[in-house]
Amino acid sequence: MKERLSGNEAVATAMKQINPDVVAAFPITPSTEIPQYFSTFVNNGTVDTEFIPVESEHSTMSACIGAEAAGCRAMTATSSNGVSLMWEMIYIASSLRLPIVMTVVNRAVSGPLNIHNDHSDSMGCRDSGWIQLYSETNQEAYDNMLMANRIAEHPDVKLPVMICMDGFITSHAIENIELESDEKVKKFVGEYKPKDYLLNSKKPISVGPLDLQSYLFEHKKQQSVAMVNAQKVIIEVAEEFKKTFGREYGFFENYKMKDAEIAIVVLNSTAGTAKAVVDDLRKKGIKAGLIKIRVFRPFPASQLAKDLRNCKAVAILDKADGLNAAGGPVFTEVTSALYSNNVKDVKAVSYIYGIGGRDVKTDDIKKVYQDLAKIKDQSTVRNPYRHLGVREE
Amino acid sequence: MKDLIEIRWHGRGGQGAKTASLLLADAAFNTGKFIQGFPEYGPERMGAPITAFNRISDEPITIHSNIYEPDFVVVVDDTLLENVDVTSGLKKDGAIVINTTKNEKDLRKLLNNYDGTICTLDARKISVETIGRYFPNTPMLAAIVKVSKIMDENIFLKDMVDSFKHKFAKKPEVIDGNIKAIEMALKEVTFYEKK
Repeated sequence: MKERLSGNEAVATAMKQINPDVVAAFPITPSTEIPQYFSTFVNNGTVDTEFIPVESEHSTMSACIGAEAAGCRAMTATSSNGVSLMWEMIYIASSLRLPIVMTVVNRAVSGPLNIHNDHSDSMGCRDSGWIQLYSETNQEAYDNMLMANRIAEHPDVKLPVMICMDGFITSHAIENIELESDEKVKKFVGEYKPKDYLLNSKKPISVGPLDLQSYLFEHKKQQSVAMVNAQKVIIEVAEEFKKTFGREYGFFENYKMKDAEIAIVVLNSTAGTAKAVVDDLRKKGIKAGLIKIRVFRPFPASQLAKDLRNCKAVAILDKADGLNAAGGPVFTEVTSALYSNNVKDVKAVSYIYGIGGRDVKTDDIKKVYQDLAKIKDQSTVRNPYRHLGVREE
Repeated sequence: MKDLIEIRWHGRGGQGAKTASLLLADAAFNTGKFIQGFPEYGPERMGAPITAFNRISDEPITIHSNIYEPDFVVVVDDTLLENVDVTSGLKKDGAIVINTTKNEKDLRKLLNNYDGTICTLDARKISVETIGRYFPNTPMLAAIVKVSKIMDENIFLKDMVDSFKHKFAKKPEVIDGNIKAIEMALKEVTFYEKK
């Protein structure tokens, strides 16, 4: 069904079709509309979800943890400082292996206070043990939502999933979207039947007890194995999604990468802007390409290294500054993937961009490709840690 | 129509420029176009200058930046002409559509001798006569459809009737006024061709 929706409407629609047992939420810009739309579905009886309006994001995640541990399917949405306030419970959700699904509408983390888009919120919790799926468009946010529960709840995974999309740029822009029927979505997502859960009186368990030197390490190893397993499951679910709905997804999207000499690696909405630039450059005979990472956790290191190995120069764009004096988080992971997979002759450069909602124009992206055209013929990359579109004075 | 039409709206918080951009996206979507409608969110307060954008195309649109070289500019409040550079980047063969009662000479002066096409509409008069209150966005929406020719005027009018019936289901008394506002606006746009 062809529709036009904002990203927030698209996510709320997916949640309506999935009809989870519990949604807990506390409002924060720019994700507020998701629980707002969803609460109307609760109010008019379209869903039979237990909606819990809590008093803070710490309680949001706590409520989701309690619900999932009890054996329910739980969802929420947040942004920016909402993620920050959840911090303690974000780690507990993944450590207790609770397949919660949370939309993170990406917004700069304070301070100073800023309501606009960058990726400092989700990048800040990239090592918290959550699966992270990024979305270029409202369509991808919707499709990622439809796949999220299948990935999270798979018995080999049992990890929470974060669906990320750009605040305002995607969350508040009306664009075309293809929606699927309620029946098809329900059939694809299926019912949640956890093996062990607190409300199962026949098989009592305890969740989250003290876990000291003798066991915590083993439990952390299991989390690590689950994240590795998630790679296989993410691809299996994507293949079934393609068979069911026709749209294709992988760990990342290769755009005109086959013979690309210079390439950009980027997440979320900027990928679309960069595709338009790649098209222009291709018309001029420049062998430019683009990789848009969809799955950042688990990180598809060997697959990225394989698809980047024939490039001469690659720019990795980060909408969050790692503040590590060495390059953004996506940059450090991509370059480490290249090195550990024995790809050593691709020149790589880090660009921090779009911080705090600084608009990213096609001209900004063109500049990166112009830089790459020079870098590809140089023996070393001078100043590999750069900032794009920032005033220097 | 060109492959891609880009429109920038200038208004003041509370005048409905954002809503107008979303309604335009809706109307174009209903004729089978690919669309984007999005505001630039700033400090939101009544009366502050705001910007909203539309991209309309026969092909999927991937660019997700603001619009810097629009084909058309819509100015919902002519007091903005004094302090916002509304013609910034406006394409030479494009047009600016202004809600105003000022004449061509005064407008060109206010626009730093801009020599492209100017279209004017007294949206205040139309809105007060038809809707009974000052809601400039409905007549301005009609004006930009007429000027940009993104769709047939009759199809647009029919589409808006359906959309108002849906949007104002709980306030049916305002439907007729809004439709009249569109009909009047489609007739009353004044064109001052480029020099």
